[in-house]
Amino acid sequence: MKLAVTVNEKAHEHEVEPRLLLVHYLREVLGLTGTHVGCETTLCGACTVLLDGVPVKACTVLAIQADGAKVVTIEGLEKDGVLDAMQQGFWECHGLQCGFCTPGMILAARDLLDRNPHPTEDQVRGGLDGNLCRCTGYQHIVDAVLHAAKKRGASAAPAPSPAATAAPGAGRHA
Amino acid sequence: MSAAREPYVGRRVKRTEDPRLIRGLAHYVDDLRFADLLHVSIVRSMYAHARIVSLDLAAARSAAGVVDVVTVEDLDRARIGDVPCAASMAGMKTPAHRPLARGKVRFVGEPVAAIVATSAYAARDAVDLVSFEFDPLDAAVDLEKALAPGSPLVHEELGTNKAFEWSVASGDLDAVFKSAAKVLTQRIVHQRLIPCPMEPRGCVAQYLPGERQLTLWTSTQIPHLVRTALAAVLGLAENRVRVVAPEVGGGFGAKLNFYAEEILLSVLAMRLGPRPVKWIATRREDFAATIHGRGQLGMIEGAADAEGRLLGIRYRSIQDLGAYPQLLAPAIPTLTGLMLPGCYKVGAMRMDLTGVYTNKMSTDAYRGAGRPEATYQIERLIDLVADELKLDPVEVRRRNFPAASEFPFKTASGLTYDSGDYRRAMDKALALAGYEKLRAEQQSARLEGRLLGVGVSSYVEICALGPSAALAAGGWESATVRIEPSGKVTVLTGASPHGQGQETSFAQLAADFLGTDLDDVIVKHGDTAEVQYGIGTFGSRATAVGGTALWHALGRVVEKAKRLAAHLLGAASAEAVGFEGGVFVANGKTLTLAELATAAHHAKSLPEGFEPGLQATYAFEPKNFTFPFGTHVCVVEVDRNTGDVRIVRYVAVDDCGRVLNPLLVDGQVHGGIVQALGQALFEEAVYDEGGQLVTGTFMDYALPRAHDCPRFETDRTETPTDVNPLGVKGVGEAGTIGATPAIVNAVVDALEPFGVRHVDMPLRPEKIWRLIQAGGKA
Ligand code: FES
Ligand code: FES
Repeated sequence: MKLAVTVNEKAHEHEVEPRLLLVHYLREVLGLTGTHVGCETTLCGACTVLLDGVPVKACTVLAIQADGAKVVTIEGLEKDGVLDAMQQGFWECHGLQCGFCTPGMILAARDLLDRNPHPTEDQVRGGLDGNLCRCTGYQHIVDAVLHAAKKRGASAAPAPSPAATAAPGAGRHA
Repeated sequence: MSAAREPYVGRRVKRTEDPRLIRGLAHYVDDLRFADLLHVSIVRSMYAHARIVSLDLAAARSAAGVVDVVTVEDLDRARIGDVPCAASMAGMKTPAHRPLARGKVRFVGEPVAAIVATSAYAARDAVDLVSFEFDPLDAAVDLEKALAPGSPLVHEELGTNKAFEWSVASGDLDAVFKSAAKVLTQRIVHQRLIPCPMEPRGCVAQYLPGERQLTLWTSTQIPHLVRTALAAVLGLAENRVRVVAPEVGGGFGAKLNFYAEEILLSVLAMRLGPRPVKWIATRREDFAATIHGRGQLGMIEGAADAEGRLLGIRYRSIQDLGAYPQLLAPAIPTLTGLMLPGCYKVGAMRMDLTGVYTNKMSTDAYRGAGRPEATYQIERLIDLVADELKLDPVEVRRRNFPAASEFPFKTASGLTYDSGDYRRAMDKALALAGYEKLRAEQQSARLEGRLLGVGVSSYVEICALGPSAALAAGGWESATVRIEPSGKVTVLTGASPHGQGQETSFAQLAADFLGTDLDDVIVKHGDTAEVQYGIGTFGSRATAVGGTALWHALGRVVEKAKRLAAHLLGAASAEAVGFEGGVFVANGKTLTLAELATAAHHAKSLPEGFEPGLQATYAFEPKNFTFPFGTHVCVVEVDRNTGDVRIVRYVAVDDCGRVLNPLLVDGQVHGGIVQALGQALFEEAVYDEGGQLVTGTFMDYALPRAHDCPRFETDRTETPTDVNPLGVKGVGEAGTIGATPAIVNAVVDALEPFGVRHVDMPLRPEKIWRLIQAGGKA
């Protein structure tokens, strides 16, 4: 099947098997290996990417479902050599150890702030329920998200994309 | 170079490994790119115990994209050895452990055949084309039943499921128990756990026939040990094998091992070379066929005097080994024996251990490895004593601690605890928690009908493994410091960090020692072709043993540099040369480290007998283990309508000796506590009576999520150790060891109004609810 998709602002066209998973398309066809596979069953969140602004678990989305869509992966967050506020937060607050859950965590956490720019600690914990981390015990991840929220609030926070606002709770249940 | 800057050591330095990780640019095994890559899918047993009647691979062989299929016959023909166990016990019955099953399968997930194809999807498709006939047998699942006469035998040729017996004892236990005012007995279950690092296992192997060189990229904690084992199993010279641990996505002991798949992929690479072959475990495979942890069942008995002083401990236990003894499995429960007395003065002790084979995945080291079992039961026992004598559990602990002045302290199990001040750590934790106030709150909560519980746990653990006498493959660690001609510093460590952050903490050490910027230092690890032989990362050893090796190597390199500096600056001897902030000073003249490194490499003017270049290697052999300790306080509220346990507060005071980077230590403590929380409240590997793994996905095996965890209040005490010159003790497992009993003690305390004295983990709501309904007698 013919797939046309924009990934990290770059247009791609490929002939793909109908059963090809989005995560495999990103990793194997485009070579974007920052999106990890931790369970291939929608339960760990390691493979989280943004599909038209909505976080999805790319292990349970077919590549062809992204036809005509815009996908953002971890590799697409840095702009002109400047890290995204969430990436900075994770670095500042030691929000990662082995780093395997991190790309998915960062994308889920960004979506959380898009929908709720000033979350309480409890809301952050609830909002990250779809993402597992076996290393950090979550405390420094929560700190990282709160840190990024503060940073975003300080600079003019980017307006959430229309798709993101249209899908409240997507981060939690994607 | 900044001569006047603050030292890096001791500061919350941000990690140098993070930029690649937060940008998605790191390379875990699955991220490495290879030309002409082939993919492997493994045919696994769906039976716990069955005879293999027939295996028809014809359809798989002729399927589109399939390149090769191997079974155990191919391994036999190629004289491939068994999956080894490196920790055999005296008199142990050891079965053959073929990398692919021969004749019989012995656990769900056991590899039966491997299929190689041109794509991962094609390899996976071909697995479905394998038709086999199995003759199912009864399975040995329950530990006690597996030891009873008439049980199905996992390995008929051994004539029994009993693998070994082991004991450790000291003192006159019988006399102690006879004279004791109180004897407390409790059956304790240390349930099986599944480690679940977020990156599943996986490897890529490539054999270059021309060079006769095999390379295995594998997600491991011990690349050098894997290389040695792999070469032996394959019958290759060790110097023809290279093992690389690239970025590793968590280990927790699950990757402190040597697996059938690592052998299989290497065999396939040698058949198909120079094409590389890759296998990445699915999460299901990882659940079924990566080692499990704990799996011990025991009876603990404590003898106490009327004041609550512990006089003696007796522990009889059975260790579930699973179907085959994996790398270190038999040795794990012996650590339970060594740590049995915990942080208490106990006059006499005895542990009798039986290892048993069952039709389940093998157990082996999982974060804490044998020590959480010891801590859990002694801390439960102390609470039982307190309950029996109507004493405050804190007071019972106090009465049993050795005083700070009694260190180094010899334990009943024959260890010498290097240093400690258990009382100080406990007092600090109690003050931080506001213990007295908590007890008062608990009283008023009870009057309102609320079930508030306070649990305390004091632990000591055995770290920095360890003197070589204690480890089959040696317990030392190595480091090389290379000052490049430009003055940049390359550190090669034999440790193999996979999330702990030693790329940062070792760079801190080196940068301080050499007076360079942190950015001038790069720390390399994990590639046996690049790094000198080393042992690896486990047992909270990387900093205490590997960091100490680095410290010595730094000393050596500076010593060498000073000799050259003396020569170039016209000083009488190296002793007359000063070195500070990266600058050598003598005779009123100076040389920077970079200038000196250039001179050492250009070698135009060297002192007599001076080897060109500027590098040094050191292998550090520790004289003892280290023994970190601490006290954790947990406050829970149990919902009497649902049985749900909510952790209200969690206070941890840990003493891991000197701290190189508090940020990293906090991270280790938090992560460790949450793994303990998982064990205490949710996690349990469940096999049904037929030996099916019921908890084989994240849907059925509950890992703690962010909202399950409280905000941890952490603090430290710092008691120096003389085991290593850095004064560090290790912290990787402290949380996992200290926290489980704190949480369970808190829940039992909350349920005291119902007469509950003990509950086996995991403390799931249903279990608690039933206890409440039954008034404590479920
Ligand atoms: S890999 Fe997609 S949710 Fe785990
Ligand atoms: S950092 Fe290792 S799983 Fe999250």
